[in-house]
Amino acid sequence: MTEPILEVRGLRTAFSSHDGPVPVLDGVDFQVADGEILGLVGESGSGKTITALSVLQLLPAAAQVTGGEILFRGENLLELDRKQMNRVRGADISMIFQNPRGSLNPLYRVEKTLEQVLWTHRRLRGGAARTVAIELLADVGLPDPRSVLRRYPHELSGGMCQRVMIAYALASNPRLLIADEPTTALDVTVQLQIIELLGRLRREHGLTLVLITHNLSVVAELCDRVGVMYLGRIVEQGPVLDIFDAPRHPYTVGLLGSRPTVHVEGDELRAIPGQVPDLRNRPSGCVFHPRCPLVRPVCSERAPARETVAEGHDVECHFWRKVAGLVETGRVA
Amino acid sequence: MSRRLDGGDQRAEAPAPPAPEQINAILEVRDLRKVYPVRRGLFGRASLVAADGVTLTIDAGETLALVGESGSGKTTVGRCVLRLEEPTAGEIVLDGRPVSEASSSQLRHLRHEMQMVFQDPLDSLNPRHTVGELVAEPLQLHGTVPKDMVREEVQSLFRMVGLGPQHVDRLPHQLSGGQQQRVGVARALAPRPKLVVLDEPTSALDVSVQAQIINLLRDLQRQRGLTFLFISHDLAVVSLMAHRVAVMYLGQVVELGPKATVLEQPAHPYTRALIASIPVEHPLQTRERITMRGEPTSPIDPPRHCHLVPRCPFAQPICSEVPAELVEVMPGHSTRCVRFQREHRNGEWDP
Amino acid sequence: MSAAVLVSQRADAWRVLRTVGRWVRRNPITAAGFAIILALIFIALLAPLVAPYGADELDPSNVLAAPSSSHLFGTGNFGEDIFSRVLYGARYDLLIGFGAVAIGLVIGCAIGAFAGFVGGAVDEIWMRIMDMLSAFPGFILAMGIAGALGPSLRNLIVAISLVNVPIYARLMRGSFLVVKRSQYATAAVGVGAPPLRILRWHLLPNTWTPIFVQATLQFGYAILDAAGLSFIGLGVRLPTPEWGVMVSLGIERIVSGEWWVSFFPGLAIAVAVMGFNLVGDGLRDLIDPRRR
Repeated sequence: MTEPILEVRGLRTAFSSHDGPVPVLDGVDFQVADGEILGLVGESGSGKTITALSVLQLLPAAAQVTGGEILFRGENLLELDRKQMNRVRGADISMIFQNPRGSLNPLYRVEKTLEQVLWTHRRLRGGAARTVAIELLADVGLPDPRSVLRRYPHELSGGMCQRVMIAYALASNPRLLIADEPTTALDVTVQLQIIELLGRLRREHGLTLVLITHNLSVVAELCDRVGVMYLGRIVEQGPVLDIFDAPRHPYTVGLLGSRPTVHVEGDELRAIPGQVPDLRNRPSGCVFHPRCPLVRPVCSERAPARETVAEGHDVECHFWRKVAGLVETGRVA
Repeated sequence: MSRRLDGGDQRAEAPAPPAPEQINAILEVRDLRKVYPVRRGLFGRASLVAADGVTLTIDAGETLALVGESGSGKTTVGRCVLRLEEPTAGEIVLDGRPVSEASSSQLRHLRHEMQMVFQDPLDSLNPRHTVGELVAEPLQLHGTVPKDMVREEVQSLFRMVGLGPQHVDRLPHQLSGGQQQRVGVARALAPRPKLVVLDEPTSALDVSVQAQIINLLRDLQRQRGLTFLFISHDLAVVSLMAHRVAVMYLGQVVELGPKATVLEQPAHPYTRALIASIPVEHPLQTRERITMRGEPTSPIDPPRHCHLVPRCPFAQPICSEVPAELVEVMPGHSTRCVRFQREHRNGEWDP
Repeated sequence: MSAAVLVSQRADAWRVLRTVGRWVRRNPITAAGFAIILALIFIALLAPLVAPYGADELDPSNVLAAPSSSHLFGTGNFGEDIFSRVLYGARYDLLIGFGAVAIGLVIGCAIGAFAGFVGGAVDEIWMRIMDMLSAFPGFILAMGIAGALGPSLRNLIVAISLVNVPIYARLMRGSFLVVKRSQYATAAVGVGAPPLRILRWHLLPNTWTPIFVQATLQFGYAILDAAGLSFIGLGVRLPTPEWGVMVSLGIERIVSGEWWVSFFPGLAIAVAVMGFNLVGDGLRDLIDPRRR
C-alpha cells in the first residue's frame, strides 16, 4: 500500500506484577492506510484494547510498552515526550471507548464537554463553539442537537451517549479514529445505527478508522481489512473478503465457525475447545497450539513465522496450507 | 436442508420439539403485570410499567425464547416467574401448582422445581465459597440427596457440564468465564427442576465460549427433556435454542409463535426491525434494513394503543385509535399489530 | 523416625519460612506492624519474667532518678522503676484495646447486620439511635460514660466500647446494603435458601473485610482514648501501671526537667498505636479471597 498513516511494528507491552513482568502484547505488527477501516478482532486476553491504549500512550500505570515502534505518518510516537504526545492525542488520533456513558463526565452537560475539546484543539469558544458543536451533533445523527447540548450524560440513552462520544472524538478533526468496541454495550437496533453512522463518516469525511471488536458481524459490515488477534499477537491479517472466505489460521476458522447465525433450523456450533490461557502461562511455540485441531509436535516447539498467503494476506501458522484444504471441505477437524 | 435467512444452505439438525403425547404445560403465565411507582417532579406520581399483561405457556421439553432489547421487560418477566421479584398482578402456575399465590414457606419448597441461570456468571457465584459448595447447596437445602451422597452428586453434576473434579474446590474467580457459567448451569440443574429460566446466559461470554455453552444447553435439553425459558436479545442464539419465540417491546408481548414462522414470516413490524438489524455475517451480504426512527418511548404511563406508533414506518391513523391486543392470526401464532390483524392473508402481509 | 521423614519435615519448615520471608519482603510495612504487635503481646505475657522490678516496687531513696543502667527508663515520683511499669503497662493497654474493640464490634455488628438485613423502619430507628450516639465526639462521650460509672478498668472498657458501637453498626449496615443486592444473594434466594442461611452463609462472610480493617485501626484509638481518660483521672486509678496514667504522673515533672517520667510511657503508646495502624491496611489485602 502507499505510505500507511499508522504503522505498528513489533509492539510489545507488559504489565508489571509481583511475579515479574507479564507480557500482554508480544510483537504486534499492522498497518492502516489512509481512509481505510481496519478491524482488530479478538476475544478477551487477545490484547486488542491494550494495543489501542499503547498507540495513544494511555496505558494504566501498571503497564508499559517494552519494545517496538508506533509510526504515525512516519513519526515514532514512542519517542515523543509528554507534551508532544498530548498534541497528537485529539489533533491527530482520537479514541472512543467501550462504555459510552462511563466515558462522559457525569458532572458536565454535553455542551461543556464539547466546548472543552473545541477550545483545546480549535481555539473556539462561546458562540462560535456552540455553532460548531451543533453541527457536530447533527453530523452524528442526533435529532434536535440544541436540546442535546443542554443535557447531562445520564439523561441520554446509550445510543445517544455513543453518538456524543463520536462527536467529541471528531471535534478535534483527527486523521485517525480508534473505536474500542463501539457497539458492544448497545441494543441491536441502536448498534445498527452506530454502524451505519461510522460507515457514513468514512464515506463523507474520509475518516480512517481502527475498529476493535470481538464481533465478526460488525467487521463484516464495516471493515476493509482485518487483523485477528490471539494472546498478544496478530495471527492472521488480510482483506476482509479473504479472511471470511479463505481464512488460513485455525483460530480464525474457529471464530468464524463458532458464531451463532440466524438459522431457522439450527446447526451444531463448532466451538473452539478449551479457553484462552492466562497471560502468565503463555503456551510455548505457537500460542494457539493447546486448542488447535491441527496441532503437531513442532507447534509447541517453535513459534510460526509470518508467511504470506496472498497479496496483503499474512498468517502465522506452521500448517496454514492444510487449513486451506479443510476450509473447502467445510470442516475444521 | 435448513434455510438461512439470507437464502444460504446449511446442514440441518434441529432441536427436536417434544413428542405429542408428552405435551403438558409446565409453566403458565396469565396476565402478568409488574409496575414500579416512580416520582415525577416534586410531588407527582406515575407508574413505570415493566411488564404489561404478559400471557404465555411453556410445554414440557420445549424452549420458549423471550426476545427483546433493554427495557422490553424480558428480564422482569423472568424474575417474576421465579418470584425473585413480586408481580404486581397476574397468575403464575408451575406444573399445576400456584407460584404467584404461594406463601413464603411453600415458595421455598417450590424453588427447587424452578431454577435460574444468570447473565453474569461471576456475580452470581458467592466469591467466598468454593464452586463445589455452591452447587451442593441446593442439594443440601432440599434433602433430595442423602448427605453422604452429596459429594458424589456434585462431581457427577460437574461432569455433566463438562468440568472436572479438580474444579470442585476452586473459588469462582479462579475459573474462566465459560467455566463459571458451567457452574451456574450445574447449580441450576442440581435440584432437577421442572423449569429453568436462563437470563442472557451467554451475553457476557466470549464468542467461542458462547458456542460451548449453547452446545451444552442443547445437549442437556435433548438428553434430559428440560424445559427452558430462554431470555435473550440475540436472535442468532435464539434461533439455535428456541422452539417458540415471544418478542417483547416495552413490557408487552408483541408477537408469539413458532420460531420458524416468527423469524421467517414475522407478523409484527418490531420483529421485522429486529431481524433486519442483525449485522450481516459476510462482507458481501446485504440485508433489507428497516429504519425504526428514534428511541423507545418511555415506559412510564404508556398509552393503551400500540406502543410502537411513534417509531413504526408502517404506522397509520388507525394504529393510534384502537387498543392493540395480542390476537391469534394463524394457529399458534399471535401478533399485536393492528394492521397485520386486519390486513394479513394467510400470515402474509405487505405493508 | 527415619532420616527421610526428618529431612522432608525440615524441607517443609524451610518452605514455610521462605513463604513468610517472601511475604515480609513484599509487605515490609505490614510486617513491621505485626512485629510490633507480637512484641507487645510477648511483653505483656512475659512481663513478670522480664521486668527487673515489680510494678509497685517503690524505692523512696531513688526518687526521680534519670535513666541509668539500673533503671533503664529512670524512676518516678515515688522511686518506682519506669521501665518495669511500662512493661507491665502493656498488659493493661492491650487488654483495653482488645477488650473495648471486641465488645464494641460484637454489639455494633449485631445492630448493623440486623438493621441492614431487615431494612425498613427497623433500619431507620436503629440508625437514628446510632446517629445520636455518634453525635458526640468520641472522647467526650467516653468521658461522660466513664464519669457516670466511676473510674475503674472495667468501666473504662465499657465506656470506650460503647463509643465504638456506632462505627461498626454503620459499617456493617453499609456492607449489608451492598451485599443484599448482589447477584449471588438473589441466586441464593432462587436456590431456596431460607433467610437465616442466607444471612449466615452468604452475606456475613462477604461483609467482614471492612470490619476487620476498621477494627485494627480502632485498637489504636482505643488505647489513645484509654490513655486520655486515665490521664484526666476518669480511667484507671493509681497505682495501676497503665501508660496513660503514667503520662499524667509525669506532666508536672517535664517543666522541672525530669522528662523521662512521661516520655517513655508516651512512647509506648505511640509505638503500640502505630503497630496497629500499620497492620490495618495490610490486613485488607490478606483477607480478600481474590488475592489467593
